Amino acid sequence: MFSEFLQYLFTGVTIGATYALIALGFTLIYNASHVINFAQGEFLMIGGMATVSLTAMGVPMILAVVLAVVLAGILGILLQRFAIAPAKQADVVTLIIITIGASIFIRGIAQIVWGKEYHVMQNFTSDEPIQVFGAVLNSQSLWVLGIGAVLVVALVLFFTRTLIGKAILATSMNKEAARLVGIRTQMVLMLAFMVSALLGSVAGIVVAPITFTSYDIGIILGLKGFVAAAIGGLGSGLGAVVGGLLLGVVEAMSAGYLSSDYKDAVAFSMILLVLFFLPRGLFGAKVVERV
Amino acid sequence: MLNRLMQSRLRGVMVLALILIILPAFLGNPFHYELVTQMAIIAATVVGLNLLVGYAGQISLGHAGFFGLGAYFTGIATGTYGWPSVPALLVGAVVVGIIAWVVGRPILRLKGHYLSMATLAVGFIIAIILNNERALTGGPDGMPVPAFEVFGWELSTFGQYSLFGLQIEGFQAWYIFASVVLLVAVWFALNLIESPIGRALRSVHGSEVAARVVGVNTAKYKSLVFVISAVYASLMGSLYAHFQGFITPAVASFEFSILFITMVVLGGMGSTFGVILGAVVLKLLPQVLADFQELETVMFGLILMLTMIFMPKGLLPTLTAVVSTKLGKKKAGGAA
Repeated sequence: MFSEFLQYLFTGVTIGATYALIALGFTLIYNASHVINFAQGEFLMIGGMATVSLTAMGVPMILAVVLAVVLAGILGILLQRFAIAPAKQADVVTLIIITIGASIFIRGIAQIVWGKEYHVMQNFTSDEPIQVFGAVLNSQSLWVLGIGAVLVVALVLFFTRTLIGKAILATSMNKEAARLVGIRTQMVLMLAFMVSALLGSVAGIVVAPITFTSYDIGIILGLKGFVAAAIGGLGSGLGAVVGGLLLGVVEAMSAGYLSSDYKDAVAFSMILLVLFFLPRGLFGAKVVERV
Repeated sequence: MLNRLMQSRLRGVMVLALILIILPAFLGNPFHYELVTQMAIIAATVVGLNLLVGYAGQISLGHAGFFGLGAYFTGIATGTYGWPSVPALLVGAVVVGIIAWVVGRPILRLKGHYLSMATLAVGFIIAIILNNERALTGGPDGMPVPAFEVFGWELSTFGQYSLFGLQIEGFQAWYIFASVVLLVAVWFALNLIESPIGRALRSVHGSEVAARVVGVNTAKYKSLVFVISAVYASLMGSLYAHFQGFITPAVASFEFSILFITMVVLGGMGSTFGVILGAVVLKLLPQVLADFQELETVMFGLILMLTMIFMPKGLLPTLTAVVSTKLGKKKAGGAA
């Protein structure tokens, strides 16, 4: 009984940590530019796929990871520079469709480069599962949680301790005012996309040994991250982490105890419930609309 | 001049009718007819969606859900339970309308990204249910749908019919039927836009708060147009199911929803004829790109991005603006 519960909890927290990282990426870009980046999931795909193919070519694991993350970072910058920046005054819907176009484009390239097959990545350390009170814990889960925690702490430090981080925060609060005090807001936006891409690719790499990876893995992962961000309240970093973990655990529990067919429906029902009762998510800022 | 042409309701519909009448001269084989018939059905759906997105300014990223519900209601009612086509289509539309009303009330309080998230979720849930209720829907493998039939008279793409003494093939008959449906859909939409309801909707788009201040019941009008656009989708879904003869949960998928909203934005939000152009372009694009095989997805994404970046108002409004400034210049030059 308990071991079963523990098993679902492990699964949920692991996938939840991944959702949290994706949601943080959404939050970062949303705060800096008020764009919902539907291409966020593609950064995960790029991270996982590039690492797999580089290691297959004989590149050492660590170097492969670094290269994959750098590649995703460059992609993030290109996305902001060439797709988002030129469409400054566009509607919300137009921007959504631009990022959807970008995600289709990236997915298309991945399909040409890496094909349509599923790719398997080795666990970072041992393949030996760990027994905890009768439940089985994949050692890779520890990596996901550990790296996730490190990234969250790093992000907090980045935003509270560094000048660049504070510049991003300032831009997200008031772009005009930020520009007046000498912050190069275009640079900041680019940076936000880059950091978001880095986060996404790392998430994609650490979770790849558990979920496998393929060219189209970004769609559903990206959407789940979006759900997590909206549950937590768009724009809230804490909300993104809580939303991600909550979504992961609820999903794993309902897949285990109710029906695995309806696992994905759980995420989407949850977002509806949250939005019905808390239209700005759990931690979303109360915004007074200016008329 | 083109502007004035587009402004007039009747002339617009007549131009569209003329195009639909001339078009068969350029259609060589059944495959062309099939493509154009699909286009007409999808275009009518998008005209309905445009009422919500273009005029009331509310986003829906889950409209394929309603399209899929209509398709499956028809499929199950006519296929499994032997209902006649028209009652199935109408009852399906009423059911979908009620569902849209029930879901719409709480959802439409949301704005911007939250609204897009909520509609996306509704669409996803519908698609997941269609995928999993195998006993009813056949699951991911899909289900066959009988031909469209009125009082024993069957409209099948494989049939032979005579119209005013002319021998026509089934796929041609479907083309005529779909064309008439599209014209009716456009006519209804144009009239709605010019009615007091349409004015109320546009005021919601302009500024919801201002509309409320002058006494427009914004919540009522938003749910009304949400229901109308869902009913459009349901009716067209039913026809699509009959026309295709086979449906899978893909008709309710997220990808399909994205396709719908993209047609609206690409063609030109708030322009009824623009969104039809959007539907035509997006249905044609995969055919044109099919020659590039591997590059199809990449090109599709690229074209989507580029048009949205450089023509954020959409194809038709941008083209009309270009044409009318050119004409204006010529006129000014001639006068001087």
